[in-house]
Amino acid sequence: MAVGRSETLLPKTRKRRRPSGLLLRSASLSYLGLMVLLPLAALGVESAKPGVGAFVKAVRDPFAWHALRLTFVTALAMVLINAVTGTATAWVLVRYEFFGKGFVNALIDLPFAVPTVVTGLMLVALYGPTSVMGAFLSSHGLAIIYQKPGIILALLFVTYPFVVRSVQPVLLEMDRAEEEAAVTLGATPFTIFRRITLPTLWPSILTGAGLSFSRALGEFGSVVMVAGNRPLETKTGPMYIFGEIESGNAHGAIVVSVVLLASSLGVIVILNLLQRRGGERNHVA
Amino acid sequence: MSLETPTRSPQGTELGVELAPHPAHLLDAYKRRGLIGRRLLTAAVLGWFAILILTPTLALVRGAFASGLAPFWTAITSADAQRAFRLTLGITLIATVVNTVFGLAFAVVLVRQRFWGKTLIDGLVDLPFAVSPIIAGLMLVIVYGPQGWVGRYLESAGLRVVYAWPGMALATIFVTLPFVVREVVPVLREFGVDQEEVAYTLGANRWTTFWRVTLPSVRWGLAYGVTLTVARALGEFGALLVVSGNILGRTQTATLYIHDGIESFNTEGAYAASVLLAGVSFVTLIVMEALRKRVEAHERPE
Repeated sequence: MAVGRSETLLPKTRKRRRPSGLLLRSASLSYLGLMVLLPLAALGVESAKPGVGAFVKAVRDPFAWHALRLTFVTALAMVLINAVTGTATAWVLVRYEFFGKGFVNALIDLPFAVPTVVTGLMLVALYGPTSVMGAFLSSHGLAIIYQKPGIILALLFVTYPFVVRSVQPVLLEMDRAEEEAAVTLGATPFTIFRRITLPTLWPSILTGAGLSFSRALGEFGSVVMVAGNRPLETKTGPMYIFGEIESGNAHGAIVVSVVLLASSLGVIVILNLLQRRGGERNHVA
Repeated sequence: MSLETPTRSPQGTELGVELAPHPAHLLDAYKRRGLIGRRLLTAAVLGWFAILILTPTLALVRGAFASGLAPFWTAITSADAQRAFRLTLGITLIATVVNTVFGLAFAVVLVRQRFWGKTLIDGLVDLPFAVSPIIAGLMLVIVYGPQGWVGRYLESAGLRVVYAWPGMALATIFVTLPFVVREVVPVLREFGVDQEEVAYTLGANRWTTFWRVTLPSVRWGLAYGVTLTVARALGEFGALLVVSGNILGRTQTATLYIHDGIESFNTEGAYAASVLLAGVSFVTLIVMEALRKRVEAHERPE
């Protein structure tokens, strides 16, 4: 490391870069301002314009309230399932060898690549009322498409990679010595997983779960295809927003948008804070 | 040792000495129980994967080719479908070019420059990831719509943004904005300034240094970011739905064509377009996997 050399060089190069650097910075910041900050500010200002009372009233509107609640409940159900299945998938992919592992590992990201509308159509093709599977399931009292299970299924599909891809690298880097020591002390596999592996994996599971929850709050394309769009039954928050835009109730749409956006941003901010604290603790240790 | 396992055995060399006094049957029992559990868990995960990911994909393909290859071909080559795919490609091209240029600029600014409020800006870049596509569309209508903050002036100047293709391009740019920045930033940070400074001392100007030194060093991260941008832009739907308005016979992208096809019982067209779009996404996915391996290999040269 030529520390001494670069120290003498740095001021010179800095001075030389300055005008173009400033231009680059102002261009990028204006772009960000115009593309992201302005729309965000506009949403906030427009939601507050008619006053706090109107805001609360718009949230407490029975249709809006139900849509918001449905979104949160289905997202929560999805997160609970995905945290378990995602961790199990990552575990199997890292720790075990089996035929077709490379194939599965590559296809995990498929939900990120497939357009959400196509996802919705896939689920309709498989579980829709005209399909063999759908007819069989609904004759046994389990209708999926145009019902709440369909919403959860769509959310499970689109967010499947989050937990897997968050846990996988941690499992790969994990030191196996502690687990091996536990084996020699007579611990059962389950005890080892619960007492040694899980505490190490928790942060990454939480990160994956948080990201999928945040994504699920805003999911539209796949859900709109499978949910059936019945108010007070299967109409989620984003679907409510779209409906209100179409029918000209801009304020109702904006208010529900603010609630959903604040929630998904809140989840991400909390995750970042937790990660930073975890990082500091690791640093100290 | 009949129960050979692919994972590192508990009798690993570094533990061999301490292990000696322990009864051998303990390890055997552990392995036996472990093997059954292992098989069960693998089967469960593969089953879940098949139910959640594989069967819906196959159902779509089956649906598209239910009545043979000819109807599929007719649906794909219909004038409406062709127009929709052309629009999708055009918008994807615009969004990718814009976000590649600004993404690179942004990454350089974020990694190489210091200024007040940088942490906030850093977070703001990621914001589009947290915004629902529907909300993204709504935001753009508020700002650039005919009665919007900026839109009303554009409208009086005769420039229609929302409810026309520029609005669709804008919406796609918004939702794909973070990808290139996010992929280039870590590579650029890892790369450091040493080689750039060498180039400066050799008399290269800023532009030459960027083209000959910086850009080649971030190429794999950039390629990965661009691929993610393309994949997302091809499939964007919610934001485009809002921005294109609920007009009969509106300008359709491929995803809107699929959605409207289902609404208007043109199922054949919707299935065919979906399979085509899913096929393109599948190719992008393969490229993504290949690039991800390259990026990881570059980040950890040892």
